[in-house]
Amino acid sequence: MSERITGQKSFLELNDLRIHFPTDDGVVKSVDGLSFRLERGKTLGIVGESGSGKSVTSLGVLGLHKGTRARISGEIWLDGEELVSATQEHVRTLRGKKMAMIFQDPLSAMHPYYTVGAQIIEAYRIHHKVGKAVARKHAIDMLGRVGIPQPERRVDSYPHEFSGGMRQRAMIAMALSCDPELLIADEPTTALDVTVQAQILDLMRDLQQEFNSALIIITHDLGVVAELADDILVMYGGKCIEYGGAEDIFERPEHPYTWGLLGSMPRLDRERTERLMPIKGTPPSLINVPDGCAFHPRCAFEGRTEGRARTRVPELLETEGGHLVRCHLTRDERRGIWENEIKPNLESA
Amino acid sequence: MVTYIIRRLIWGVFMLAIVSVITFAIFFLVPRLAGATSESLATRYVGRTASAEQVKIAAEKLGFNDPLIVQYGRFAKGIVAGADYDYGPGVERCPAPCFGYSFLTRLPVWPDLLNRLPVTISLALGAAVIWLVAGVATGVVSALRRGSFFDRAAMSIALAGVSLPIFFTGIVSLVVFSYGRPLAFAAPGGSFTPFFDNPAMWAYSLILPWITLAFLYAAGYARLTRSGMLETMNEDYIRTARAKGLTERVVVFKHGLRGALTPILTIFGLDLGLLMGGAVLTESTFSLPGIGKYAIDAITNQDLPKVMGVTLVAAFFVVMANLVVDLLYAVVDPRVRLT
Repeated sequence: MSERITGQKSFLELNDLRIHFPTDDGVVKSVDGLSFRLERGKTLGIVGESGSGKSVTSLGVLGLHKGTRARISGEIWLDGEELVSATQEHVRTLRGKKMAMIFQDPLSAMHPYYTVGAQIIEAYRIHHKVGKAVARKHAIDMLGRVGIPQPERRVDSYPHEFSGGMRQRAMIAMALSCDPELLIADEPTTALDVTVQAQILDLMRDLQQEFNSALIIITHDLGVVAELADDILVMYGGKCIEYGGAEDIFERPEHPYTWGLLGSMPRLDRERTERLMPIKGTPPSLINVPDGCAFHPRCAFEGRTEGRARTRVPELLETEGGHLVRCHLTRDERRGIWENEIKPNLESA
Repeated sequence: MVTYIIRRLIWGVFMLAIVSVITFAIFFLVPRLAGATSESLATRYVGRTASAEQVKIAAEKLGFNDPLIVQYGRFAKGIVAGADYDYGPGVERCPAPCFGYSFLTRLPVWPDLLNRLPVTISLALGAAVIWLVAGVATGVVSALRRGSFFDRAAMSIALAGVSLPIFFTGIVSLVVFSYGRPLAFAAPGGSFTPFFDNPAMWAYSLILPWITLAFLYAAGYARLTRSGMLETMNEDYIRTARAKGLTERVVVFKHGLRGALTPILTIFGLDLGLLMGGAVLTESTFSLPGIGKYAIDAITNQDLPKVMGVTLVAAFFVVMANLVVDLLYAVVDPRVRLT
């Protein structure tokens, strides 16, 4: 959207992706009409609370909902290939090779009964017809590249023998073992110490530049995307509610929910006595999504929309230069509120 | 590792010593609390036709007038080092491990047990192979197709399996499948051919008891495997395995089943250890001359030395099975450290 080239597909392109799960209580609309584009070498941050559909989206791109009860519609274009309509077997051959994923908690995401090396070797050998010795050498190389000391020794360690940061490095080594062109990191630093978080983020940035891969970072932590992302997509209730370049989102956010996220982010440059400004209420049920704007029950400015927010779903509209917002307030109203009511509070010391 | 095994073995001996004390107490202390005298205990050994004088002499010679602790010491020494028995006509040597002589047959208990052990081991091992394969396979398929017709049918049969007693399923199988019956493919009850005499006949003679016993256990294992698989297939590492692009077969067997097998292995070891001490119901139903049948006969005849022998042998197997399971646990799960 920021770099729309008519007639030509982006490296990764989602068009109106919907992932719905039928349950006994009703249909869970985890992802409900999501579209975005991502080019090689670029980083997209997807931000939102738990249950906003971030992780479901990433698993959907990898085709991991195929063959389950999930109902998937829309299009996922990866390097000129459409994946929603592709066979399960074909998407499997792309997984791990063309697109790979880094998961949140590396302790539970790695198999406790196999060595780290065996798990990397396994990932490499599915996609490359090589012997065990070659794959093992590759695994040691990968461990070395992600900064694990003495990789030829650590390759035979079990995940529980690694520290949290080492495990996440091993996880990254595993994901990168087949040079994926698309890398999805789902909360890659959430389970880590703050000091280790910064190291892992640095590592991911370096590796992304080295491999020139497209990177999607999924997180609820705006600090993480501030570090890495070129573009940011804010999700709420399975929909994109704001999208734009990182600068747009941090300097000129226009959606009340994004304001809330920024307000609830702890910052060192603020006074200790000052309270954070949490978003009131809880994320919406994805079965009974509120009528109108899904955010309106929690929105402080809903009263200024003359009731539209309660009845009509707002559209995702461009406010300027690739910055998209899904809100019933007019552009001028939003900018006025941000400049006069929100920003001064965030910056006051 | 070695020190762990040694320590566990010492513990095992200690456990067996405790079992022997309890067994001894049940057979020699409890009757006395209930009013038995040295003479009434000796009567069992010399028979009811003996005169009061003979009984008195026997009680003295058997040591029933000694303090209990001395009697236990003699009993324990017999197991470890053998014992000399003096019935009157002459002294008989009972080599270690000596559990005494049967009241009924006057034969020492240990050789009897040794003779019957192959039957019980054949029965237990054969059934174990069947139930492990059938139970785990059924459980895996049920878990992967949860809610399907197969799952519901298998779990209903499994429920029947764990609920129906051996003496029911065993007799039904004998009536339907044994030699001379409508769907005969197996030997009638009461026959046993040692493996080394004729392996084919060995299997033929054991196939019905195997299936009957395995049915009972397979049912439990199927349910256990099913719930274990449902749990592991939801683990994060399964998602990782899929994200790597592994085929579903590798995901299920190498990653899923491997994770679900650990608790099954534990229970398998303990079940097998318990069965080595005699599959009482199965052996009785099929009249197999194993340890379990031996125990039942001994109890019916109040043949105390035999009962004590069986009890201690069964306890030995359970203690050993526990040790083996714990060692295997460390092999299967690298997170387990034996110290």
